[in-house]
Amino acid sequence: MTDLALEKTATGTVRRLSPAPFGIGVLLIVAYGVPPLVASEYLFDAILTPFLALALAGLGLNILTGYAGQVSLGSSAFMAVGAYAAYNLALRLPGLPFLLDILLAGLVAAAVGLLFGLPSLRLRGFYLAVSTLAAQFFVQWVFNKVGWFSNDSPSGIVTVPPLSVAGLPLDSSAGRYLFALGVVTAVTLAVWRLVESPTGRALVALRDHETAARVIGIPVLRVKLLAFAVSSFIIGVAGVLWAFAYLRTVEPAGFNLDRSFQILFIVIIGGLASLRGAFLGAALIVVFPLLLARLGEALLGGLFDSGVLEMSQRIVLGLLIITFLIAEPAGLTALLDRAWNRICGRFRRAG
Amino acid sequence: MPAVLSEPVVPPANGNVPSALAVEALSLSFGGVTALSDISFAVAPGEIRAVIGPNGAGKSSLLNVVSGLYRPDSGRVWLGGHSFAAVPTDRLATLGVSRTFQNLALFKGLSVLDNVAAGLSHRLRAGVLAQVIGLPAARRERAEAQAKAEELLAFLHLDDVRDRPAGTLPYGTQKRVELARALVSRPRLLLLDEPMAGMTLTEKRDLSGHIRAARDDLGATIVLIEHDIGVVMGLSDRIAVLDYGRLIADGTPDDIRNDPVVIDAYLGVAHDLEAGEGI
Repeated sequence: MTDLALEKTATGTVRRLSPAPFGIGVLLIVAYGVPPLVASEYLFDAILTPFLALALAGLGLNILTGYAGQVSLGSSAFMAVGAYAAYNLALRLPGLPFLLDILLAGLVAAAVGLLFGLPSLRLRGFYLAVSTLAAQFFVQWVFNKVGWFSNDSPSGIVTVPPLSVAGLPLDSSAGRYLFALGVVTAVTLAVWRLVESPTGRALVALRDHETAARVIGIPVLRVKLLAFAVSSFIIGVAGVLWAFAYLRTVEPAGFNLDRSFQILFIVIIGGLASLRGAFLGAALIVVFPLLLARLGEALLGGLFDSGVLEMSQRIVLGLLIITFLIAEPAGLTALLDRAWNRICGRFRRAG
Repeated sequence: MPAVLSEPVVPPANGNVPSALAVEALSLSFGGVTALSDISFAVAPGEIRAVIGPNGAGKSSLLNVVSGLYRPDSGRVWLGGHSFAAVPTDRLATLGVSRTFQNLALFKGLSVLDNVAAGLSHRLRAGVLAQVIGLPAARRERAEAQAKAEELLAFLHLDDVRDRPAGTLPYGTQKRVELARALVSRPRLLLLDEPMAGMTLTEKRDLSGHIRAARDDLGATIVLIEHDIGVVMGLSDRIAVLDYGRLIADGTPDDIRNDPVVIDAYLGVAHDLEAGEGI
């Protein structure tokens, strides 16, 4: 009856076309097309491939921390679970195609993430962060103690088999990069669909006002656990890339608390609750030490040895994070947006 | 004449029409502090019922019990024919009950449209995979939710801010968005906790109109906590007065205005009436 009156005015809104699809298209063409033509092995192995793996991990953590508002310090544990799961699947079920290995490794990481997500049903903020530390230490301990996971390798170090997909060998620097890029593209697409879906909105609702979310009928417990599962799945897949596409030799110590913090910093610097943020943050985290090393060498020469480099890295990174938290909590994404708007504004005025 | 304290209600069987909301001998205390003490009253369908009383009288506690955020020590809550010792908050929306909060409870990072559409979360059936893949059922469900949200935006004149993040809007507008989110599911019972706190006179007048329209056009029974006595007297069909967790009066605005107990406890002398308290 009265609905009629309401419906009249409801239609007819025009949505602005964003330049995003075009930009993403160009970016993808460049990412797939340009490096294989021009990049050196060093660029692939030291920068591009680790960048992709870390960006994916950042994307995973961003779902949990940026969108759903649940702090986690256990990311690298889930990377380790993904890496070791894929290693064991490849080792023990050699018949399985590698893409299926990745999927299963992600699911194993999701299951572990779900388990360590259970405390989130009762804990919040700082307390939850501490409980995710348990995941970090427990998982690392298990991989150190239980020889089965590393196929009884005495050092705990495992070397993964060379990468090949559907009979196609990808064991060159470029091949491993392209493989990682493919995985990252697919997962990012799915994540984008997720955060744009009603479930993605529910994650943000949960973060912004949990009580209101409950009252309007968002299944809060289910959504929280889902956030942990999806986030861990993606971080697990990032771990597979880390092991199979980047390092090819992994040990539990490589997935330590430092790595967890690194992923958290990627999310903070890049921008919480932003897909671009994970990529921007990862780019900064990967490139920044290299720049710092070059700069230090140029300025201080021989005085700037690896010890000094590592220390100065931590100091500068710490300062950077403090600066971002104070000056731009929305991260590089917001900085970039503002710059972009300013450029557009100038164009409009000029034109 | 003094307002008659209602007898302890035996809600659904009492008349032909079951109450939209009834509370029966509700008591609640925090530690040793009594928030609610043996409160009983019933709200008829289609009624606008105000709950007034001094700060700390237990008004918000009452709403929190009705929406299941607090579990009462004793007593029962009747919602549309069901009786609960503790209302299941997770099922509140399914039971046809919506509420707003005293302090803004919007999802600041979501757009206005998404905030309002979130009010239909309890109706979504599609799984997360179906949503990610974009199966037809999931797409249809979402389109329906958005269409309904757009209707509410039009209803409350929020079209202009449709795509703005809710957190960036002025206070009064945010209050309206919260009302839209509560109304989008077409609740049978709408609980409003100080919907007009901090609003200007014009905003209050507008919102009163919207609340009345929610009842007249959308068929919601409304229970609201409000401090502005002028607004309350003009808007409500009946008024319940709480003081120190007890129900000291329950009647029509005229009953309440002239009730010596209420005047003593809350309203004060006559010339304060117009000014109200919440300004």
